[in-house]
Amino acid sequence: MMLCTEIGLAQLEQELALALGPDAVLSSPADVLAYDGDAYPAARQAPALVTLPTCTEQVSTVVRLCNRYGTPFVPRGAGTGLSGGATPSPGSVVISLARMNRVLEVDPENRRAVVEAGCPNIAVSRAVEAYGLHYAPDPSSQTVCTIGGNIAENAGGPHTLKYGVTVNHVLGVTMVLADGSIVTAGGKADDPGAFDLVGVIVGSEGTFGIVTEATLRLTPLPQAVRTLLAIYDRVESCTSSVVAIVGAGVLPCALEMIDQTILLAIEDAFQMGFPGDARAVLTIELDGSEAGSAEEAAIAREVCLQHGAREVREAATPEERARLWLARKKGVGTTGRLASTIVTQDGAIPRSRLPDVLSGIAECAERHRIRVCNIFHAGDGNLHPCVLYDQADPDESARVHAFNEDVLRLCVEAGGTITGEHGVGIEKREAMRLMFSEPDLQLMHRLRETFDPEGLCNPGKMLPCP
Amino acid sequence: MSDDLLSLASRCIRCGFCQDACPTYKLTASETASPRGRIRLMVSVTGEGKSLTPDLIHAMDLCLGCRACETACPSGVEYGRMLEIFRHRIEASSARPRVQHASKAGLIAMMERPAAFAASLKIAAGARRVSGNDPIPSPIVRAITGGKADQLLMPTADLPESTSPLPEISPASGKRRHTVAILPGCVMQVLYDRVHRATIRVLQKVGCDVLAPRALGCCGALDIHAGFLSSGLERARAFLRTLQTLDYDAFVVNSAGCGSTLTEYGDLLADDPVHSYEARTFAAKVVDISTFLDDHGPLSFTGRFERTVAYHHACHLAHGQRVVEPPRRLLEQVPGLRLVPLAESDLCCGSAGTYNITQPDMAKRLLDRKVDNILKTGAEIVAMGNPGCMAWIQTGLQERGSAVRIMHTVEIVDAAL
Repeated sequence: MMLCTEIGLAQLEQELALALGPDAVLSSPADVLAYDGDAYPAARQAPALVTLPTCTEQVSTVVRLCNRYGTPFVPRGAGTGLSGGATPSPGSVVISLARMNRVLEVDPENRRAVVEAGCPNIAVSRAVEAYGLHYAPDPSSQTVCTIGGNIAENAGGPHTLKYGVTVNHVLGVTMVLADGSIVTAGGKADDPGAFDLVGVIVGSEGTFGIVTEATLRLTPLPQAVRTLLAIYDRVESCTSSVVAIVGAGVLPCALEMIDQTILLAIEDAFQMGFPGDARAVLTIELDGSEAGSAEEAAIAREVCLQHGAREVREAATPEERARLWLARKKGVGTTGRLASTIVTQDGAIPRSRLPDVLSGIAECAERHRIRVCNIFHAGDGNLHPCVLYDQADPDESARVHAFNEDVLRLCVEAGGTITGEHGVGIEKREAMRLMFSEPDLQLMHRLRETFDPEGLCNPGKMLPCP
Repeated sequence: MSDDLLSLASRCIRCGFCQDACPTYKLTASETASPRGRIRLMVSVTGEGKSLTPDLIHAMDLCLGCRACETACPSGVEYGRMLEIFRHRIEASSARPRVQHASKAGLIAMMERPAAFAASLKIAAGARRVSGNDPIPSPIVRAITGGKADQLLMPTADLPESTSPLPEISPASGKRRHTVAILPGCVMQVLYDRVHRATIRVLQKVGCDVLAPRALGCCGALDIHAGFLSSGLERARAFLRTLQTLDYDAFVVNSAGCGSTLTEYGDLLADDPVHSYEARTFAAKVVDISTFLDDHGPLSFTGRFERTVAYHHACHLAHGQRVVEPPRRLLEQVPGLRLVPLAESDLCCGSAGTYNITQPDMAKRLLDRKVDNILKTGAEIVAMGNPGCMAWIQTGLQERGSAVRIMHTVEIVDAAL
């Protein structure tokens, strides 16, 4: 049997190389090892082969060949995912979209862009900047993460508080189905006209097929942007400010909290001049007209001071604003300075529950003797407790596992969800049961079977084992 | 050293933020050709018992060592250091074909000896004139590239007809404010004697007595970057011993690749019982010429330099030493000079020490990309701070028949000071 598999694999490799060209199929031990996972550290598996197609038809060819050999396949963008969505299944073929990275069309009048799935998120905004437009969802990894990956995970980002997540900005997709056929869903129009297939596909974590192109909605750049940094001596003052700012009728475009532990790592990396004794800072961004954003900034500043902010600074120049965002967006990345293994949690809760859930997480961490720091989208209640540990320590790893489960339970009990934007992946498969009933899950399984009856498309992700 | 590598690697949380900074990832879109992928491979050999297979060695050879990933890394992974340790492991093992190992070592040994290097360049130039062919015989090219090429595009520079040695002491013009030493170096003194002379003149004008100790050999950077750590460190020790008798305020370097290693002497020799203190105190005095001039400015220019100039960031300056603003600030001060932006100015040109010899294909693709970007600027001159980049980019420009000239930043300052 083993022999058959090896022969089959060699044949598959040969056929793939013939169809895609030899430099688009990687099979050496070093090559496949480099593809053994994404940014989720706790699951690693080298694939059997890696393919780097350059167009939708090639993706379709790879999928058809995988079907012929009964080989599972796993789509991959930049591998920045935090839940293991791009971790290969055993014996699988990785289909990397990294060479399909072009912006195909910009239509400024209708505020649309058509891009390939491997296009980095930031490249879309750069391509349309000259027209006074941008692509609003902005995950922290936006300099590298791809639109295809964003669609798979229904990614968010700081500015989704005001502008919405990926699904609100994808109008249509071209997708290679699990049998290799090529379909389009949605289009340039606002109304899909039939079933909202785009809504079904976005967030399906590459289990329904492989999105190869997307039509994106573009958003005008605001006339004015103001960025405040409120500095706190107590975490509770910071979280209650978040609730109060929105309660005061202000809708910032971003409302981001960073706690002391990460602040120190960020300071180490970027020398921002944050006060070392601050327990938390809140980045508040307001956009709109000159007058409107100034008025809202004044209100936000007042609310923060009333709720115990020690000081509220405002970025005076675009460079200062860029520095604040550099600190925020690369903030999670600085945690490598604090521990050898990092898992970033992703529960989302109603904003009003922030103060008590955050203290609940702190208690939980103490109970399990786990080091945790927080850098997250406070405005939309999307928590990102970063767990700092050493994967090589089995006892600590077990405690981290238990902690993670407790935190997700806490989020669900608070009326929230187990993932705000990172996806379920491998990491939170079993936690799906915390949120969904058996009939809910069965519906999801049936939907998935409709798209992927053979179970070859990114198997083992998202849904708990039935 | 294995422990060192694993502890350095533990900083990497695989966030992938390095990908868009990596030249080889940009060109291949392959994880194996990215910093994150290479760290994965280094860990697999060092900590997981995987062997040094030819494909793994190839993946490591394909790395330029440009360290752009370090600038991009929020976690502070010292990738350059890891690469030096791992390359040493490769060369110290018997995993690489002996012929390739020996020819690589021979190439570096030749470059580090100014007389041998100058002689080989003359022979090569002669061969090219006579036969019009590639000056390196194809069996040698095949050995050095591991069979990946038969012919090489050789980096070129306008060799001076004859050079007198640099004066060992050049007194400050006017009041002496500092005593500085400069690095005559190995490659630099053969290819770019004119840059050394410009460096000395400029330093004299800002009030420096300039020492150019003839006895100083190669600093070891070429060895250390290529995986010959032991011989590199031996050179570093000899270097420090030669400097012992000299008294100076700063050690000014005009070659980014050397400067990068010299500033790291303290770390490289941290465990050396004899040289660790000396290495640390010396490293603290090492400064790139652009930073030195920027710190001791503003300069009093007397002339003008009426040219359009683009600036290329040498990797070992921008990423290795994080010297980004000083050269640009200097150029902006030069009267008459128009500084124009260069797209991807901090993307490696492919020269990378001996990389353009050992990995000719990738080096050429990066060179073409660099030249394309340069030709789009409309600049008459491209300024930079490293001899490897200068020779390689000049080659690329000449190949296209371009009239754009290459100058070291300090040459431009010298022309207007």
